[in-house]
Amino acid sequence: MSAFLSNAIAFALGCYAVASMLVLIRLVRGPRAQDRVFALDLLYFHALLVSLALGIRHQSDMYFEAALLIAVFSFVSSAAMAKFILRGEVIE
Amino acid sequence: MTPVPLWVEAVVAALLVASGLSVVISAFGFLRLPDFFLRIHPPALAYTFGSWCVSLAAILYFSVLQSRPVLHPWLVIILLSITVPVTTMLLARVALFRRRAAGIAGTPPPLIPGDAGALAQARPTRHS
Repeated sequence: MSAFLSNAIAFALGCYAVASMLVLIRLVRGPRAQDRVFALDLLYFHALLVSLALGIRHQSDMYFEAALLIAVFSFVSSAAMAKFILRGEVIE
Repeated sequence: MTPVPLWVEAVVAALLVASGLSVVISAFGFLRLPDFFLRIHPPALAYTFGSWCVSLAAILYFSVLQSRPVLHPWLVIILLSITVPVTTMLLARVALFRRRAAGIAGTPPPLIPGDAGALAQARPTRHS
């Protein structure tokens, strides 16, 4: 792997870290519950992007499975929390 | 494992940098915009452009690295394109419902008159 590709991967990972910090500020500050749920969904998504970029960096296929699992967990948890703040219970 | 040519690494690096920049821009918009309904929009940039760029970079890099088409990063894109609109629409409906329930001025009225708390009022009669 050439130097500029590993630099580009490091830049992308730094961008994801900065974006996660910005979203984390919104998660802490968020005026209402739906802001916090959406911020948590975005944090899941940033973790997915980080795992894809790490897969390129380490030249390993195993990170895709982790990314798929993170995507599924993100959908399930966000839908469950949205249902909870909408109705007060998740499954009825 | 074949050595990856330089132009492939250049394309992969450009895609990764574009994805990182778009994610930062979307997170900045998510932090800065004043209202929840405005705040829903910037993450769409990351959900589409960011994930497409990273997945295409992974597809290109691993296809060249292993000298065969490696297509399973498409699964990430397909899964995201199915689940993300569902989550976003659900959260938008949650925000609309809670604003109506809180009686905040400027909230659009429901399309069906008298349907203001339809989801909340439906609960007692739901099982009868």
